[in-house]
Amino acid sequence: MKRNGIGLRTMVATAAIFALTAGTTQAEELRLLTWGGYAPDDVVALFEEETGIDVSVTLSNNEEMIAKLRATGGGGFDLAQPSQDRIAGAQEEHGIYKPLDLSKVDSSLFIASMLDGTKKNTEFEGDVYGLPHVWGTSGLVLDTSKAGSVKDYTDLCNADVAGKVSYRLKRPTLIGFAFAMGMDPFAAYADPAAYEDMMKKVEAKLVECKPNVKAYWSGGDALINLLRSGEVVASMAWDTGGWKLNADNPDITFVAPASGALGWIDTFALPAKTKNEDAAYKWINFVMQPEIAAMITAAAGNFTASKGADAFAEEGLKARFQASFPSEAIDNIKWYPPVPAGLEDIEGDILDRVQAS
Amino acid sequence: MNRRFGFYLLLAPLVVWLGALIIIPHIDLFLTSLSVKVRPRVYEIGLDNYSAFFGEPLYWNTFARTALMSVSATALTLIIGFPIAYYIAKLAQGRFRATLFVLCLLPFWVSELVRTFGWMILLRETGVVSSALQWLGLTSGPIEFLYNDAAIMVGLVYTSMLFMVVPLVTTLDSLDNSYIEAGYDLGGNSFAVLREIVIPHAKPGIVSGCIIVFMLSLGNYLTPILLGGKDSLWFTQQIYAQFITRFNWEQGSAFGFLLLILSSLIVWGGLKLTGQTLSKTVGQG
Repeated sequence: MKRNGIGLRTMVATAAIFALTAGTTQAEELRLLTWGGYAPDDVVALFEEETGIDVSVTLSNNEEMIAKLRATGGGGFDLAQPSQDRIAGAQEEHGIYKPLDLSKVDSSLFIASMLDGTKKNTEFEGDVYGLPHVWGTSGLVLDTSKAGSVKDYTDLCNADVAGKVSYRLKRPTLIGFAFAMGMDPFAAYADPAAYEDMMKKVEAKLVECKPNVKAYWSGGDALINLLRSGEVVASMAWDTGGWKLNADNPDITFVAPASGALGWIDTFALPAKTKNEDAAYKWINFVMQPEIAAMITAAAGNFTASKGADAFAEEGLKARFQASFPSEAIDNIKWYPPVPAGLEDIEGDILDRVQAS
Repeated sequence: MNRRFGFYLLLAPLVVWLGALIIIPHIDLFLTSLSVKVRPRVYEIGLDNYSAFFGEPLYWNTFARTALMSVSATALTLIIGFPIAYYIAKLAQGRFRATLFVLCLLPFWVSELVRTFGWMILLRETGVVSSALQWLGLTSGPIEFLYNDAAIMVGLVYTSMLFMVVPLVTTLDSLDNSYIEAGYDLGGNSFAVLREIVIPHAKPGIVSGCIIVFMLSLGNYLTPILLGGKDSLWFTQQIYAQFITRFNWEQGSAFGFLLLILSSLIVWGGLKLTGQTLSKTVGQG
């Protein structure tokens, strides 16, 4: 069924926005839908200086990006940065992205293996929809002086950290626990029935673990506060959160779990109704230059897919990265494969039941 | 002719407002709630989204919990707000009275988010209340006040206090003091005066205050999310989850509609129970 209502509402809203903005600005603009730290002010200023294009940045996360683009049928933004595993499924369901023209991108700026991996994972019906930008992992952020027993996700249920644990009630938690319980959820992606069975086992574990949890965190800042104040000593979180805290308190750091940290890559993707495609490609080629990529690494705390940017990265960050990731831990990173459409429904039911238990 | 034109001209902003911001989005919401996903990009019309609400105990349990806690929050707000309103309307004089009123208003000069964060700073394990209790020697270790239903209740009552006090002050203000004096002269004690004179007079104010507070609590999203714990489910949270994390707008729309219908039913029931009508209470309050 085609829902005319959305079209009508979009039209009314767009008309209103045009009425408000018409005449105020004619300068070329790039509307970027991204994550915190991916478009720091200094980079935006350099880009404006070089190209004369204004960049307006909207901060978001994976779910909200999809929801925002879905609401407008892929309009309102010229470039988006969803994670690579969330592109093909969203494209299949909602058609919110536009295929990339790879000839407009300087592929020599990218780390080749990462570029190929992302291209393969964001392919839908023969077209490529995503290019790699920033990558990182999620795993355990621990106060190592108080939570020494925690080596893997399932250790968060240990008695000695009872009441001082926090994790998100989101899909990475389900995936992480499944790996720690010796299962391989990524291998089951293609088989919804097997995946559901697997998730039911994870559900039982999470319900059993619930008394250990102080609170399910929802925002990164809230978690950092909990860890900094010592109210939480073991949590599931992103690597950058751990490294940020490590700078203040050497006891707290990011630890790659025994079953493997979960690796994500945030990408560049063109919304279906992008109005300034040229500026989008200019931005991609601009921020992938090693010096610029290093500035983004400094702001976001994560490394990029830009070739040679490591040489410009800050020493402290490199040291923290190496401490968290001995070489075998890097090989053990579990990279998210694309999520098939419909899998989120299974996970959603499981998460609902865990919260309600 | 001219007068009619003026009438329509004055009516126009209201019609545009109601149409563009309330009626059209609701029609859209209703249509969305009726579409059922068959497979990616293919939808058909059906009531599955509504039956899912009644079929899955989690959903209506969450709704019942939300409604029950909102009713309790409303009752608590009334119990705390009534003496305050009575004091402001009847006992306080002149500038003192204005000062008290401003004090009630003051927290609303900052956004709800900031107010809620204020409570988080007070109630958290390493927060002000816990530290003060330890300093006084009343407890040996830190206490966690946050992340439970009581914290949500505190947040809700605090957030909606003003909306109870204002209509109460207005109605109590209109009560002639001589009625109260007459009540005492005729031998009534304080309780009898309150029951026979003050409350009957203030009833429209009480009911309209309760309606506003109930609706605000039921539709609140921030307070339950930030102050609530791992077991605290709130219905608006379910709607958000359906729209944003599950990409299931159809189900979310159905939930939105159910929230509208069920809360209207509860308010209607409350009005019938107290023998009031909407025009009488909200009009007067």
